[in-house]
Amino acid sequence: MARYESLLDACGGTPLVGLPRLSPAVPEGAPPVRLWAKLEDRNPTGSIKDRPALYMVREAEESGHLRPGDTILEPTSGNTGISLAMVAKLRGYRLVCVMPENVSAERVQLLRMYGAEIIFSPAAGGSNQAVATAKQIAAEHPDWKMLFQYGNAANARAHFETTGPELLHDLPTITHFVAGLGTTGTLMGTGRFLKEKVEGIQIVAAEPRYGELVYGLRNIDEGYVPELYDASVLDRRFSVGTRDAVLRTRQLVEVEGIFAGFSSGAILHAALAVAHEAVKAGKRADVAFVIADGGWKYLSTGAYGGTLNDAEEALEGQLWA
Amino acid sequence: MAIEVRVPTILRSYTGGAKTVEGSGATLTALIDDLDAKHNGLKGRLITPEGGLHRFVNIYVNDEDVRFLGALDAKLSDGDSITILPAVAGGALGFAAAAALLGR
Repeated sequence: MARYESLLDACGGTPLVGLPRLSPAVPEGAPPVRLWAKLEDRNPTGSIKDRPALYMVREAEESGHLRPGDTILEPTSGNTGISLAMVAKLRGYRLVCVMPENVSAERVQLLRMYGAEIIFSPAAGGSNQAVATAKQIAAEHPDWKMLFQYGNAANARAHFETTGPELLHDLPTITHFVAGLGTTGTLMGTGRFLKEKVEGIQIVAAEPRYGELVYGLRNIDEGYVPELYDASVLDRRFSVGTRDAVLRTRQLVEVEGIFAGFSSGAILHAALAVAHEAVKAGKRADVAFVIADGGWKYLSTGAYGGTLNDAEEALEGQLWA
Repeated sequence: MAIEVRVPTILRSYTGGAKTVEGSGATLTALIDDLDAKHNGLKGRLITPEGGLHRFVNIYVNDEDVRFLGALDAKLSDGDSITILPAVAGGALGFAAAAALLGR
């Protein structure tokens, strides 16, 4: 279908494209090992987060948590904020985002363009500062509504009801699903759906490993695991460093013409790892992975050009996923 | 050849400030015991009194989460690279802020 009543109705239904050049070669006569990219940058605001944003707002409206004219407050490092800002604009809400300073300039510009207000929590102060900022805001505005993507079941449900079924429809022979691990909503929702439908499918997480500055905890007990996370849905979990993420992001555009953000490079890195294992084991594999967003919002980092060392340096201390 | 272990900033008080240390052991448990002998107290930050991996500690063997490789029983080989990280998946600061907002 190519005609929609509104932008919100055009969410999801993204293409799944084969990557014939990046898929590993297999010996003659061996079963094929193929990589498939789900182009989530083709959503209304250009990222996979449109799906959960729409689901979380709808669910909050239906349950009465959100009423016309309400203010939504959401801590977000970018894409969810941009998606929520679009949905809030079209549905008549005000959005206030709490975000760390160390995100790309484009994300901030986009949020403001969509009409969101931004409260920055200092990057240098680490999470302690963010906690203090957030506590202060919540105390000052007890009427603001949080959707809380890290613990909102509608986040995972968006993927259970849309991303998962789309993948199964387009690739019934799927053997692996690989996505980024942040709120964990994509992996939990899509993973649960596919595990119900496809015997033996492997659900694989790619988690960004940032530079040290980002892990600004004072001690281990300040860590956080999103409420949505259920380790039993996953089969593997890879930590992908900045260098590998940048390398793969560049390969995506150079080899397959897919211009993606750095989190997608991290996801491809994990997808290639399982694909190469399948080749070694002589097993057939159809590895579907997520292109979470396009590269446009990260151009100002300068990490698409120059040496890998330059790029790694440019992204040091940034939340690139 | 030994096993290289990357230590996060918040645990470097146990390693005299060292970013990477070396250890040995055929399993993760053995490696952590070996590390603790050289860097007293480190084990207590990684393992709970009940003997499990601390909820907010992630340990990776060659970039793969050990919880999916047998956890503390994960088999190790010389030349493996181990990374210890606090649990703060993407958007670390957002998580902390979110948790605070909900009063958790």
